[in-house]
Amino acid sequence: MRVVIMGCGRLGSTLARELDHEGHRVTVIDVDSAAFNWLEDDFRGVTIVGAGEDIDVQQAAGVPAADIFLALANGDNRNAMAVQVAKHIHGAPRVVARIYDPERADVYRQLGINVVNPTRILDEMVREAAFGQNSNPALDAPDSTAEER
Amino acid sequence: MYIIIVGGGKVGRGAARDLIRMGHEVCVVERDANTAWSINNELGEVALLGDGAEIHVQRAAGMNRANVVVACTGRDQANLAVAQTAQTRFNVAKVIARINDPRNERIFRTLGFDYTISATAAIVNAIEQEVSAGLSRLTQLRSTAFVLSEVTIPQLAPAVGCTVRDLALPPHTVLALIIRDDDQPEVPGPNTLIQAADVVIAVTQPQYQASLHEALTGTS
Repeated sequence: MRVVIMGCGRLGSTLARELDHEGHRVTVIDVDSAAFNWLEDDFRGVTIVGAGEDIDVQQAAGVPAADIFLALANGDNRNAMAVQVAKHIHGAPRVVARIYDPERADVYRQLGINVVNPTRILDEMVREAAFGQNSNPALDAPDSTAEER
Repeated sequence: MYIIIVGGGKVGRGAARDLIRMGHEVCVVERDANTAWSINNELGEVALLGDGAEIHVQRAAGMNRANVVVACTGRDQANLAVAQTAQTRFNVAKVIARINDPRNERIFRTLGFDYTISATAAIVNAIEQEVSAGLSRLTQLRSTAFVLSEVTIPQLAPAVGCTVRDLALPPHTVLALIIRDDDQPEVPGPNTLIQAADVVIAVTQPQYQASLHEALTGTS
């Protein structure tokens, strides 16, 4: 599969290395060229310096021909914009955004975006480690409805 | 009306100043403490310190009772986030987004935000108008592919003395108005004669502006 990853930090670089080893065609975008130091020397994929939410940078990274676009940079706003550009402008069939803020994660889910929310996942794991399983009933019912006016 | 402005820079602050003067209730959400302090100093207690893309800050600003939300930070990704949460989470009726990079206009339009303001595009446009003297793009007609163009007919243009029917106008182009001296503006018909120094207002598409210019002035 052709995979474009935005954000070459700890998570982005780990996934890039793994997917590369598994034989996928990987392109990594980061605003900071130093971030590519996270990748190993034997990384066979492509690296591109630029803002991953930029429509032209995505074009250069091959998003129009990609199967998967992963937005794993640090800012929620940038990731959210990037996946929507990839999906709605470049027609990427599958996009995933990391959104730290649980409330914004719900909003983007409602807008049809695949969201991974590390805060909720870690919340659950920490609770499980500390208290045992299923200790947070709130996790089962995320609230994504519009607020009362 | 209750208007929330996210981003208290030059644009947001200027908008707040005018809207308050017009009698509206205004809240400016600004994440820089010094800027927020300075806004409060000038305009009274209207600034709320915080990141306006955060939903808990939007809630604190009273977004659920806002009539209008203006997203006008200097970062398009923040403006898009504000616009989408205002609409999805708080059902705000009118969301106005500022676009800093004109290339981002497409994604805002695609996602359904028709009320956008692009200062950069306006400036680029103004520069283009000055550079391509004789033809100016007056304005993009909202949610259409058309622009309004203004052309002044030069003294020696081949179009002088021709009727509108005889002009080799590009497709998707209509001459809407002719302004002659200080006379009454005239809606041209097929038999209207083009005269030197006429100011012609035409509706066309951006890609036909050059051919329109050539048809009216004889130079490209």
